[in-house]
Amino acid sequence: MTIGIKKVARPREMSFPESLYLVEIVKGLGVTMGHMLSNIVRQEGIKTIEYPEVRREMPPRFRGCHRLMKREDGSPRCVACYCCATACPAKCITIVAGESPDPGVEKYPVRFDIDMLRCVFCGMCVEACPCDAIRMDTGWFTPPDDTREKLIFTIDTLLEK
Amino acid sequence: MMTGPLFDIAVAVARIAVFFAFCFGLVVVMTWVERKGAAYIQDRRGPNRADIFGIRAWGLFHPLADALKFLFKEDFIPDNAHRLFYQMAPMFSLAPAILGIAIIPFGPDVTVMGRTIALQIADLNVGILYLFAVSGMTVYGVVLAGWASGSKYPLLGGLRSSAQMLSYEVSMGLSLLGVFMVFESVRLSQIVAGQGGLLFGVLPKWGVFVQPLGFILFLVAQYAEANRTPFDLPEGESELVAGYHTEYGSFKFSMFMMAEYLHMVVGAAVVATLFFGGWQVPYLGGAGFLFPGGFAVAVPPALVLLLRLGAFVAKVVFFAWLYVWVRWTIPRFRYDQVMRLGWKVMLPLSLLNIFATGLIMLLLKG
Repeated sequence: MTIGIKKVARPREMSFPESLYLVEIVKGLGVTMGHMLSNIVRQEGIKTIEYPEVRREMPPRFRGCHRLMKREDGSPRCVACYCCATACPAKCITIVAGESPDPGVEKYPVRFDIDMLRCVFCGMCVEACPCDAIRMDTGWFTPPDDTREKLIFTIDTLLEK
Repeated sequence: MMTGPLFDIAVAVARIAVFFAFCFGLVVVMTWVERKGAAYIQDRRGPNRADIFGIRAWGLFHPLADALKFLFKEDFIPDNAHRLFYQMAPMFSLAPAILGIAIIPFGPDVTVMGRTIALQIADLNVGILYLFAVSGMTVYGVVLAGWASGSKYPLLGGLRSSAQMLSYEVSMGLSLLGVFMVFESVRLSQIVAGQGGLLFGVLPKWGVFVQPLGFILFLVAQYAEANRTPFDLPEGESELVAGYHTEYGSFKFSMFMMAEYLHMVVGAAVVATLFFGGWQVPYLGGAGFLFPGGFAVAVPPALVLLLRLGAFVAKVVFFAWLYVWVRWTIPRFRYDQVMRLGWKVMLPLSLLNIFATGLIMLLLKG
């Protein structure tokens, strides 16, 4: 390959009426007015999504908020093994284990809190879970809320999703 | 029944209250129009969240929410600021802008209780020269803010503003000389009265038709004077953070904001008064419409008054909107371009306009 000179296209010289700007400014005003009128007449044509009332359709494999799975009898599938809490790089999962009333199951989570403000949505907890008790397939990320406390999701919230 | 001096005082207070309320009301609405208009022009939705009892009204309550927020914010003074001048600057910015509304005639003379009242706060015989004097003073607020903040970006903003004002004040004054020559007065009331006639029996004798070049020059100079895009170099967000009011917060910032919008409203009113007939409605006389073909429509006097007041409001609202419209259409000039436009284009053209106007008037009267 030889080194050559590449001619870059320069913008052409402005003609005299263009260099006065006045006509061009009026044309520009026409463009902006056209956008404004069409947006007033057809509000649905505006691309902005009115979050949080309206939600964007997320792709099916989107890794979003967590949910806890249930067994057929409605009790949580989680056996409080702490695998997810150990795998979590953000240390956002807090589990307190208790003895399960079901003789076939050893432990169950008395508390299972996820601090959504610390979660980095990496999906390690889902990878780590030995009994497919936690999934991140709710299709939505952390919703807005008024206080930090409301964004620490407890076991009840997580089971409902 | 009120008598002499008491009546005069009542009239003066009423005129001030009405026009002041109109201008400030328009300022409040304009802040909303600016945000909403910008949003729609840029295919966004704009403010629509503030609500009162669940009524959102297209975000119309946002100016109210903004004002409340500004009132309750911490009144902060930076360490490096000159405490006295720092606090004076917003007042110096706002006061001249308010003073400007005094001489604008917002309606024709009305007769109340056998007395003729001019719908104008003060019909000064120096007229528009007063407006030049007070609007030239706004630059002190900006320069003072820039210097007293004790910070680099505001200082640059203030310097730019003073240079820009100097450059455009000259051609602004000169571009209006043609209007004074044609209407043979500097009193705004007489300029408006002079625009009631017809030109060649068809066109209304508005300033824009007798002084087209003067109109364009004055409009451009007004934009530069009000520090609006494409001449908003003193604020220049992309270069100077926020320009001269970078170090201001809470209600002091809000005062700068109000001053800017008041400038727009006063500027719009002045353009409407000098070049678009003020409160004059085309072909509308005291007794009704008289169209060029000899076709006449009788209109009751009360309706004539309302039409004329409405015409003034409509013209002011349009030109205030034009400020917003232009802002979201064209980008900011580079600083050397602003200076070149001011001194090498606007100044010679305004001198040429005076010469041409004088020549034509001489030939016509000849």
